[in-house]
Amino acid sequence: MSGRIESIAAARAVVGFALAESVRRRVFAIVVALTLVFLALYGLGVNFAFDEIERRTLIGSELIDERALAGSTLFGLAMFATLFLGAVLAVFLTIGVVRGDAESGLLQPLVVRPLGRGAMLVARWAGAALAAGAYALVVYALSLALTSALGDWSPDHVVLPGLALAFAVVIIAAISVLASVFMASTAQGIAVFMIFGAGLVAGLLGQIGDALDSRTLERLADVASYVLPFEALYQHGLFLLTSEQLGLTGALVQLGPFGGASEAGSGLLAFALAYTAAVIGLGVAAFARADL
Amino acid sequence: MFVGDGLRKRYGRSEALRGVSLEVADGEIVGLLGPNGAGKSTLAKIACGLVRPSAGAARVAGHRAGSPPARAAIGYLAELFRFPGWASAEEVMSLHQRLGGSTGGAAERAELLDLVGLADAARTRVAAMSKGMQQRLGIAQALIGSPRLLLLDEPTSALDPAGRRVVRRLLGEVRSRGVSVLLSSHLLGEVELVCDRVAILVDGEIVERGSPAELHTPRGIEVETGSGRRTYDGAVREDAPRIVAELVAAGESVYEVRVLASTLEDAYLEAVGERPS
Repeated sequence: MSGRIESIAAARAVVGFALAESVRRRVFAIVVALTLVFLALYGLGVNFAFDEIERRTLIGSELIDERALAGSTLFGLAMFATLFLGAVLAVFLTIGVVRGDAESGLLQPLVVRPLGRGAMLVARWAGAALAAGAYALVVYALSLALTSALGDWSPDHVVLPGLALAFAVVIIAAISVLASVFMASTAQGIAVFMIFGAGLVAGLLGQIGDALDSRTLERLADVASYVLPFEALYQHGLFLLTSEQLGLTGALVQLGPFGGASEAGSGLLAFALAYTAAVIGLGVAAFARADL
Repeated sequence: MFVGDGLRKRYGRSEALRGVSLEVADGEIVGLLGPNGAGKSTLAKIACGLVRPSAGAARVAGHRAGSPPARAAIGYLAELFRFPGWASAEEVMSLHQRLGGSTGGAAERAELLDLVGLADAARTRVAAMSKGMQQRLGIAQALIGSPRLLLLDEPTSALDPAGRRVVRRLLGEVRSRGVSVLLSSHLLGEVELVCDRVAILVDGEIVERGSPAELHTPRGIEVETGSGRRTYDGAVREDAPRIVAELVAAGESVYEVRVLASTLEDAYLEAVGERPS
């Protein structure tokens, strides 16, 4: 029992170490500065866009809810930016946690301690996932507050899209940790951003497939969303913004420019959880066998 | 404390260890000598579980090397190590205390930093430390939690003579506490001074082993007399009184008698073959 308590305390020490490293290496400071720039620009954009809607009337405006169209499009942009910034943070918090740190000699003194490699890896991921996931939630909430205050528009679902975004970022952190077992820091960063980009491209292809009624493209996007469920979560989050919007407005907002909003099946959450566990499990198994 | 039996390690096509068997008894300091690439670091890494042997078995304090109880019994300083530059010496020590489950707290940190001469640098960031200070911090880190086996891979490579003396004193201190040490070093004089036994590794095999005294082979007796210096090749220590008596009987004045023996460096170079690594 006391051994278990010691292990938990040691794992918490690793999480704390990872977070302290992020703060002291000014990763957070840079991310916060970039986030403030984004939020300022976003707020400005929302303000101008809704002012414009107030001042003029579009042809066919009786068929379209302009405020919903503008709000969901702008907030879709905020979701995209939040996912991107969250992914950047997740990658930076997990860069080189295995091979990179092993090559620089940082890892060896830590893993010879009784905590064990598996717990060490899970703790490093948990630290990054907590920080990056919380960050995504905060940016989502601030974007939502800005949209609501400046444009007087709120999505149909307020909480679930934010949780979907945060979970997407947690999955990206898991993929990055797995990549760190096999790759040196630079290769790891490049690989994870390419996987992230591949997910977004697959989402856009699905959107195009939907517009063109191309079954092949749609199937491709479906497969990609299984292989890269962070994309499926993002698409589902987008879908939830306007899931109760009907008519022409509903059709238009589903074709938003920041990836195809797509309703996921009821099994998405379970699949994403299993996927994350499998990715981390694979990382732990590979790390356990690695010579350092 | 440490038992390695028939250890082999293969990295791709090259074999770093070819059936190494070595024991380190309780409270014993064993020196590992050998040129670069001989397998010294691989052996230390197997002992602490960083590397898995391709064949053979290693046990630490009766447990399989790399298992949690074995890891709990060791302190390790890698040849190439780094601590985060943003952390202070105190923070590095504190992190390792928590990872190792040490309950020593601030008293242990202060004692160990003092032991390695870093008492005044507890709040100094690693990035602001010299290489020698970082190495001493590494040694202090390895001593956290009172390990029963210390694995030190080139612990003095970045130290100046004063720093090396600190480490020698420290090894004497840990020996008096009954801690076993496996010390890998290129500094033969140092190994000779502190180690109870020495093993010389060449190309992944132990080619020579024994106490430093056992590795010294007799090289004759040298006598300084009034008529000059005389050397008796093949003579051993026991021959000295007879040689002196014969010289005195022959009317020679004897000023100094020296028993000649090879140094550890001679034994090392003989084993390694004087090839540069």
